[in-house]
Amino acid sequence: MNLIMPPEEEKIISQTRREPRVESREPNPDALPSALDSRTSTASISALTVKNLSIYFGKNQVLKSVSLEVQARAVTAIIGPSGCGKSTFLRALNRMHELVPEARMTGEIRLFGEDIYAGRVEPVIVRRRVGMVFQKSNPFPTMSIADNVTVGLRLNGVRARATLVDRMEKSLRMAALWDEVKDRLHAPAISLSGGQQQRLCIARALAVQPEVLLMDEPASALDPLATAKIEDLILELKKDFTIVIVTHNMQQAARISDFTAFLYLGELIEFDATRKIFTSPARKQTEDYVTGRFG
Amino acid sequence: MTASNHRWRKTKNALVQALTLVCALLVIAPLAFVFYYLVKSGIGAVNWDFFTKLPKPVGEGGGGMANAIAGSFILLGIAAIIGMPVGVLAGVYLSEYASSRLTGPIRFGADVLNGVPSIIWGIVVYALMVLPMRTYSAWAGGVVLGMMMIPLIMRTTEEVLLLVPDGYREAALALGIAQWRTIAQIVVRTALKGIVTGVLLAVARVAGETAPLIFTALGNRFWNNNLSDPIAALPLQIFSYAISPYDDWHRQAWAGALVLLLLITAINVTVRVLTRDRIHKNP
Repeated sequence: MNLIMPPEEEKIISQTRREPRVESREPNPDALPSALDSRTSTASISALTVKNLSIYFGKNQVLKSVSLEVQARAVTAIIGPSGCGKSTFLRALNRMHELVPEARMTGEIRLFGEDIYAGRVEPVIVRRRVGMVFQKSNPFPTMSIADNVTVGLRLNGVRARATLVDRMEKSLRMAALWDEVKDRLHAPAISLSGGQQQRLCIARALAVQPEVLLMDEPASALDPLATAKIEDLILELKKDFTIVIVTHNMQQAARISDFTAFLYLGELIEFDATRKIFTSPARKQTEDYVTGRFG
Repeated sequence: MTASNHRWRKTKNALVQALTLVCALLVIAPLAFVFYYLVKSGIGAVNWDFFTKLPKPVGEGGGGMANAIAGSFILLGIAAIIGMPVGVLAGVYLSEYASSRLTGPIRFGADVLNGVPSIIWGIVVYALMVLPMRTYSAWAGGVVLGMMMIPLIMRTTEEVLLLVPDGYREAALALGIAQWRTIAQIVVRTALKGIVTGVLLAVARVAGETAPLIFTALGNRFWNNNLSDPIAALPLQIFSYAISPYDDWHRQAWAGALVLLLLITAINVTVRVLTRDRIHKNP
């Protein structure tokens, strides 16, 4: 199954019934587990193309005509001081910002060529393809560890037990949590430690097989050891997934990302390879920020 | 001078403290009195017959309130079947869907309804159901109690749903789970104990209502075999026995009151147990 949409299938998410990826969410035990393995290697294809993205909350403009390309199977870090629009940018990538009642956007975001804001595209479908991990770990407190991982599948109609069990194990392994929880899969999710809970949330997001994973300061509430585990995990995950991560931690951005975007007051100041941003940035503002002179 | 000032200040403080203590005791004193009186006057008539036998005609001793006890449960059952779904779903709407422009008026409306005297509910249902059906009935009694439960359940449901952190909603939506499923399987499930508590409290609240039943269920000295006929209820039976001139009936009224109070207390204790660990410490 080809997950990278060829250009001629541009309009495909708006016609969900014919879309092969979406069908794979239906109870079809054979199609589901293979989806992750079949990704073909792609050199430098752009997963997300953002063009002139502006976002307003009421009369307040939070993002000002941001344009950038997120490369597939790479880690793109978004840095910038608080209130610069990092989280809003991230949330626009899977239409989560629409949960704010007065949100309005102009511009264009394409996911492997498809306009995710096109008229008939359902936000629900976009979010299955672009998963998200939040700053505060939020496993569902009423569910066990296992149920937390499979909830995205179950509530999207997957019934086959074998599929669920298989996908749960795969996702937990990918999130580097399997060995720690395999003996207590049915324990409440909130019995895990903070770092484990966050990896559980990552496993939960991976279980629905997204193409892109958005991470909103996923390690900012964790201790250094747990943070290191999450960072290792991100480096591991980028082999299969496209990752966009918002972080306050400059060292983290330098350690794990391939590309870095610096946002300031809603504007994209600079976007380049991470090494370039941290060693020889083109803009004075970027240099001041990454060297800790402001922000 | 400063010394006496200081002493006077201390005296004032002691006086105010004493006054507030007396008032606080006055709040719980009635509960103690009610229990003491009911137990003292009613316990004598509470026996096996009371729970299993029909009322006896005047002059014939003994008999019980079995039909009224069963009637109360039937009425509360009908009321819960009506009040629970409507109240819970309305609360879900308020908490999860309604725009902020709508929630204000709806909340205000519910609070006004919660303050409407119960006899007015009775008259309304009398006009809506009893007159067209040309008979008092268990249905009418259940409906009136159910209608009274709706605004209560709606408000408590809304409040406990608002306590569910947005992080759970966002996590579910970010998994591509549709909003209605997110609400039903994640949000409501997380707040389920609180919602059950709200329903139970509403049941306890209407269990003792008498005035609206006078216009609707009417009361019945026998078993109810048809929900379209009048039905007995504990509060009604207590009322009619208490205003009667017979000592024997007075004793039964006390016993009925004691049983009713114990029933409502039992519901409240259940709620206490349920809510003990309601709040999760995680997001």
